Amino acid sequence: MNIPTWLDALIAAMLLIGAIVATLGSLGLARMPDFYMRLHGPTKASTLGVGCTMLGSLLYFSTSGEGIRVQEVLITVFLFVTAPVSAHVMAWAALHRRVHCSANTRHPPWPEMDRAPVTEHAASSAPAGDKESAD
Amino acid sequence: MIAAVIPLALFLFSISLLLSLYRLLRGPDITDRILGLDTLNINAIAVIVLAGIYMDTTMIFEAALLIALMGFVGTIAMTKYLVRGDVIE
Repeated sequence: MNIPTWLDALIAAMLLIGAIVATLGSLGLARMPDFYMRLHGPTKASTLGVGCTMLGSLLYFSTSGEGIRVQEVLITVFLFVTAPVSAHVMAWAALHRRVHCSANTRHPPWPEMDRAPVTEHAASSAPAGDKESAD
Repeated sequence: MIAAVIPLALFLFSISLLLSLYRLLRGPDITDRILGLDTLNINAIAVIVLAGIYMDTTMIFEAALLIALMGFVGTIAMTKYLVRGDVIE
């Protein structure tokens, strides 16, 4: 198999960018303070990262093998269609269960939502006590 | 250059799998666990595709397609069960 050098560099850059972006998304999943912020990382960054990886794989197998591959296109289209749907449904379930948000959230949908010492990050930095005693 | 990049990309995806496994085991609420499982699925698809490039075979891409399909159906079913109390009404 003989791929030209620029295409080799392009595929390698695609794979590396995809891996870095997906790792950043999962880092956001692990480090963000509450659920609604955690939803951002995987649903945007990881989808972009996996999309870049799929594009690199599509270029590689289309130029080295026989003909244009359709499986990568199928996986990419399926991921790009289903990722917003699953993110929306998860946010819907979290709002339905009244999952607590961080104490620094500006306009919570209901008043008792915004102060609950939820996670390890949000619990220490929140001036939540006086607001709770106020109402 | 591809042969040098693929182990690095696999290493980065392994880190991201471990981070989402941490959220799956640790998550304060059940929706965090569902989100961690969904991210685990998406990263597993990328790991399978990278392994396919590394081994120079396209036989295992059907597994990636199946994981994508089943991960989406599983996420929808779990959230539907959380909200409605029943999956198929």
